[in-house]
Amino acid sequence: MQSKKQGWTAFLFLFPSLIGTAVFVLIPFADIIRRSVSRAVGGAFVGADNYKTVLQNEAFLTAAGNTGRFLIVCLPLLLALSFGMALLLYRLPAAKTFFQMIFLLPMSIPVASLAVFWKILFHENGILNEALKLVSVQGKDWMNTQAAFWILVFSYIWKNMGYDIVLWLASLSSIGEEQYEAARVNGAGTWACFRYITLPQMKSGLVLIGILSFVNAFRVFREAYLIAGDYPHESIYMLQHLFNNWFTKLDIQKMSAGAVMMAAAVSVLLIFAEWWNERQEKE
Amino acid sequence: MKRKKYGAAYLILSLVGIILALPMAVLICNSLMGAEEIREAYGAVMGNTTEETSARIIPVYPTLKPYVELLLDSPDFFVMFWNSVKQTGFILFGQAVIGMPAAWAFARYQFKGRKALFFVYMILMVMPFQVTMVSSYLVLSKLSILDTHLALILPGIFSTFPVFIMEKFFRAIPKEMIEAAQVDGAGHFRIFFKIGIPLGAPGIAGALMLSFLEYWNAIEAPMTFLRTKSKLPLSLYLPDITTDQMSVSFAASVIMMLPAVLVFLWGQEDLKKGITASGLKE
Repeated sequence: MQSKKQGWTAFLFLFPSLIGTAVFVLIPFADIIRRSVSRAVGGAFVGADNYKTVLQNEAFLTAAGNTGRFLIVCLPLLLALSFGMALLLYRLPAAKTFFQMIFLLPMSIPVASLAVFWKILFHENGILNEALKLVSVQGKDWMNTQAAFWILVFSYIWKNMGYDIVLWLASLSSIGEEQYEAARVNGAGTWACFRYITLPQMKSGLVLIGILSFVNAFRVFREAYLIAGDYPHESIYMLQHLFNNWFTKLDIQKMSAGAVMMAAAVSVLLIFAEWWNERQEKE
Repeated sequence: MKRKKYGAAYLILSLVGIILALPMAVLICNSLMGAEEIREAYGAVMGNTTEETSARIIPVYPTLKPYVELLLDSPDFFVMFWNSVKQTGFILFGQAVIGMPAAWAFARYQFKGRKALFFVYMILMVMPFQVTMVSSYLVLSKLSILDTHLALILPGIFSTFPVFIMEKFFRAIPKEMIEAAQVDGAGHFRIFFKIGIPLGAPGIAGALMLSFLEYWNAIEAPMTFLRTKSKLPLSLYLPDITTDQMSVSFAASVIMMLPAVLVFLWGQEDLKKGITASGLKE
């Protein structure tokens, strides 16, 4: 009886949020799933046809490949770099807060201003090329070469470093100091402490920080779009660009099938992360 | 020996810090350059002179002219600034009003399907904008609120990210406090208002600050759901400023950055707590 009443009160608290989520996200998305298996005109059931069209679409394959490549390159890089920085920061006797503040600053810079800054830096007549001229190296229009990809990777790391450092610091501080003391009494050195105490306890932190970094990775589209527009260099043409261009053409069928696949991929990833996390906890 | 070890750490951290802070420093310095000086410095990049780009960071003739021009002669700027304030403000307000009770329910009540529902919220939290782009467009067009401020505000309010963060803070409130209040005869809503909200305040603030940074810089949603130029937020106005107004554009960048920097200065601790909570496991 008590628990039934509890359920009702919880429902009251949840109700506004549930309604909104249902109206603005869940129900529309169910409609998208329906559309993804229907014909554009008339809405007859066509099975997996739209999915086939998308999967055979060359732009989709390029974009999916680029997005995948971007994630595979930038996630480990960001996670490793920010972990290294967090380790340096963690034991610092002074100025810890100051450094964290500096590292978080990039989050407050408007994307558009950043785009202008990258332009000034990497333009054909930009600062980088002027500097290269001094050492007699012929520069190029960097955003129109393979280098565009790396500029974007750099931009992502630059922006998210502080956020990830704060997360790692929280993970690090959840390890009790007494564990290190006990190890040291038993003669363990710095490396042994790190290897056998710190690292194993970073596992669940790694999963969660990875997920959040993954979410933020999709936002590099902002920089990419403001620097290079609808059709940037091929190496940074990502799913976000493709969806945007499909949207301009109002290609609802392709977008629906694409969105469902992307949602499935993200969900599978998250379910896997949760499962892994729970397994870790049981151990 | 010990000091030497920290010396290396300080050196590396300072170098990285300089790289991370450099763009902001350059923006601020450039915003103090007059139009003429900007043309000298960056004309080549913007393609209207043949002069070389001079990597000039510190202005030789510092002036506040760009700011004066922006604040006095650019009525557009005010419209868009106000749009940004309105859109972000209503979203944050709505997120607080809707998100707090939802997070409270997840954190303090046991009910059937709690775990599954929370997982759905988590999945929605990590979905990239592009996944829900068409579905949002279709529902907003059905409600005929496309190309209005509501097209950004309503979906923003129901973002599940703040719920996720606030839940961690509500969960951390000691059980004894709530039981004590129950003994005193406080009802469910009273406990939520008198204990939940005050004790969860840092989490609420942290969550809203993260939201602020997100929506203040919104690009995708306004680009997709707004057509009329006079409704665009500042984040989409900045890229629009043309080449010959570059000095003004730096000034506009700095002014747009200002609220975000203030958030950092005043709320750094809560912001860090919010970020930390986003990485806590359930």
